[in-house]
Amino acid sequence: MQLLPWLCAVGLLFGWSIAAEATPFTPKSDSEVLERVRVRPADPEARALRELRTRLARQPQDLALALQLARRYIERGRIEADPRYNGYAQAALAPWWEQPKPPAPVLVMRATLRQADHDFEGALADLKLALAANPRDPQAWVTRALVQQVRGEYAEARKSCVPVMQFSSQLAGITCLSGVASLNGQAATSYALLERVITARTDASAGEKLWAQTLLAEIAHRQGDPQKAEKHFRAAMAVSPDSYLLGAYADFLLDEKRPREVVELLKGRARADGPLLRLAIAEQRLGLAQSAVHRTELAARFAASRRRGDEAVHRREEARFTLELLEQPGAALKLALANWQTQREPADARIVLEAAQASGDAAAARPAIDWLKQSRLEDRRVNALMQELGAKA
Amino acid sequence: MSKVPLWGWLCLWACVAVAQPAFAHKPSDSYLNLKLADERVEGQWDIALRDLDYAIGLDGDDDGAITWGEVRSRQAQIADYALARLKLAADGNSCPPNLHALLIDRHSDGAYAVLRFAADCGRPPVALSVDYNLFFDLDPQHRGLLQLQAEDGGPVRTAILGPDSRSQRLEVRSAPWVQFFDFVREGVWHIWIGFDHILFLLTLLLPALFVRKDGRWKTLGEFREVFLNVVKVVTAFTVAHSITLGLAALGVVELPSRWVESAIAASVILAALNNLFPIVENRRWAIAFGFGLIHGFGFASVMADLGLAKENLVLSLLGFNLGVEVGQLAIVAVFLPIAFWLRDSWFYRRVVFTGGSVAVAGIAAVWLAERLFDWQLLAS
Repeated sequence: MQLLPWLCAVGLLFGWSIAAEATPFTPKSDSEVLERVRVRPADPEARALRELRTRLARQPQDLALALQLARRYIERGRIEADPRYNGYAQAALAPWWEQPKPPAPVLVMRATLRQADHDFEGALADLKLALAANPRDPQAWVTRALVQQVRGEYAEARKSCVPVMQFSSQLAGITCLSGVASLNGQAATSYALLERVITARTDASAGEKLWAQTLLAEIAHRQGDPQKAEKHFRAAMAVSPDSYLLGAYADFLLDEKRPREVVELLKGRARADGPLLRLAIAEQRLGLAQSAVHRTELAARFAASRRRGDEAVHRREEARFTLELLEQPGAALKLALANWQTQREPADARIVLEAAQASGDAAAARPAIDWLKQSRLEDRRVNALMQELGAKA
Repeated sequence: MSKVPLWGWLCLWACVAVAQPAFAHKPSDSYLNLKLADERVEGQWDIALRDLDYAIGLDGDDDGAITWGEVRSRQAQIADYALARLKLAADGNSCPPNLHALLIDRHSDGAYAVLRFAADCGRPPVALSVDYNLFFDLDPQHRGLLQLQAEDGGPVRTAILGPDSRSQRLEVRSAPWVQFFDFVREGVWHIWIGFDHILFLLTLLLPALFVRKDGRWKTLGEFREVFLNVVKVVTAFTVAHSITLGLAALGVVELPSRWVESAIAASVILAALNNLFPIVENRRWAIAFGFGLIHGFGFASVMADLGLAKENLVLSLLGFNLGVEVGQLAIVAVFLPIAFWLRDSWFYRRVVFTGGSVAVAGIAAVWLAERLFDWQLLAS
C-alpha cells in the first residue's frame, strides 16, 4: 500500500511528459492501439459517410450528393465537437467553393463554415446572396440571425428571425426571436413566451427542443433563477448533450459553486476546448491535481491554434483560460478586448469585465459597459460587474 | 470505511486522461520540421494518424482502433503518399526525400506518424523552396506548419502552408559579404544621424588649427602640423570607441543606456568648454580617447538594436565599425580644407571657434538635461 502513491506519482509524471514534451518513439508491440478514430467500433453513421464519400469521389459534380454529404459532415462535427469535419464538408463542396456566386444551398453551407471559422463578414455576404436567390430558405434566415446576434446587431437579427417563423416552424421562429430579445431588454417576456410555446408544442423536433430548452436555461441563468435554469438544462440534456450545451450547463454549475457536479458532468466528454476549459476550472476550484494536467493540455491547444494562425477562433476561451487558470489578468484583458472587437455575446462581455476588474483597469471596460447599457443586457452577474466597474471608471 | 489514500483514485483518473488524449479535437495540422546540414535537408514530418486513415485507410480490420501493427504494415504506402506531396528544391534543383524511419509521437490531439527523412540537394542552397500538397484535396482546412532551421543553433523560421499558400521560398542564408556591407552602411548612417558624435569630434577638431602657447591660441602655419593634430584626435577617438564597442557587443561589459547617453552629452559639453577655457591644452587626443570610450557604448546600443546573429558577430562588428570610420573620415575630409583655408580669419576665430564652442556647449547641455531627466526639449 505504501508503494501506491509513489507508483501513481511516477505514472502521473510519465503521462505528463508524454502530453507536454513528446519525443518520437517506436511502439513496443504490434497490438498497441495508437489511435481510436471513432467512439464505437461499429458506427453506422461512419459507414454511411464513407459510402457517400466514395460515391461523391466518382461523381464530384453531383450537387445534391455533395450537399447531403457536407450537411452530414457538419452535423457530425457539431455533435462530436470535431472541427476536422468542417474541412471534409468544405472538400465535398470543392467544385463550387471558389465560385463568386455558387448555387444558394452551397452559399448557406459556405456561410455556416465561414462563421465557424469566425469569418462573420464572409458568412453574412454569402447569406445575402443566398437569400436574394431564395428568400424562402429558413436555414439561411436562422443562420443570419445567429451571426448577427453574435455580433450584437440585435435589430437586424430580429428582422432575420421573422421569416423563420413564416418558412419554418412557429417554435423555431419564437426561439430565434426570444434569443435576440432576451439580450436586448426583454428577458422576462422572451422567457415567458418561449416557455409557453415549448410546453404547448409536444410535437417539436429534437433539434428544436434542444435549442429552445438550452435558451430557456440560459435566460433563467442570466436572470439569476437557478431553479428554473436547472430544470431547463436537465430537459436539454435529456434531448442530446452537444458541446455547446455542456459548456453552458458547466458555466451555470460553476456560477452556482457546484464544481464537483461539473467534474461529473464533463467526465469523458471534455474533448472540445470549451468543455475541457470548464473541467479544468472546476478541478482547480476543487484543488484536484488533474487541473494542472488539463491546464497543460489547454495551453498546448492554444499554442497549436496560434501556430496555425487561427487564434481568433479561440480568443474568448483563451482569455478565460488566461484569467482563471493562468491567473494573468493583464494578458487576459488584452485577449478579451481583442475578442470583444468581433463578438458581442454575454460571455464575451463578461470576460472583458472580469479581466478588467482583476487587473484593476476599469477604464479598459468603459466601451464594453457603454455598449451593454445601450443594448440593455439583463445578466445578473454582468450587471453587478458593470456597476462595480462603472463606479470606478 | 477504510481510509483509501486519495492518490490511488486520482491516478486512475489522471493517468488514463493524460495517456490517451485520443479524443481531443482540433483542426488538422501537420508539423514539418526541416534542418539544413550543408547540402542535406534533414526532415521530420509529424502527420496525424487520423488524417492518414482518412486519406489512405490505416484501420485494416475496421474496428475503429489503429494499432502499431496496422501502421507498420502500411509504412511504404504512408511514405509514398506523403512524400509524393512534398517537393523540396534548392535554388531550383530538386532534393528528393528518402524515408529513413517511421516512428510515433503524441500531440495535443492524438497520435501522429513521424516520418524522418533526408533529402540531398547536391550543394548547399541559398534559397530552399517547399511545395506542400498534403490533404488539401480532402480537407482544405488542413495546414502544414513548417519550421526551418538553416544551421545549428541558428534562428528557426516558420511558415504556414495552406491551400492558398502551398509554396514557400525561404532565403536560407544571405552571402556573408552582403551582411558585412549591410553593417558598413548602418555604421555610416549612424555617424551621419548621430549629431552628438559629430559635434564631439568637430568640437575637438576646431582647435586643431592652433597651438596653445602662454595662455593664447596661436595659428599654425603648416598644413602638416594641422593634419597631424587631426590625425591624433581622430585616431584616438577611433581606437577608444572601437574598444568599448567591441567589449559591449561581445557582452563583456554592459552599461545602462541612459547613463551612457547622458555621459555622451556631458562629454560634448566638456569638449566645448575646454575650447573656451582650456585645461587640456595641446593633448586633446587624450580627451578624444577618454570620452571615445563612452561613445563606443553608444554605438553598441545601436548595434544591439540592429540584431546580431551570434555566428556573424565579429564580421558584423568589423563592418559596423568600418562604417563609422568611413562616415567620420568623410566629415573630417569636408572640415579640414575649409578650416585650413579660413584659419587666419576673424570669422574662424570668433564665429566658428568661439561662437561654435558656445553653441555646442548649449545644445549639449539641453541634451544632458533631456537624457538625465527624460524630458523632451528639442524636437528629435
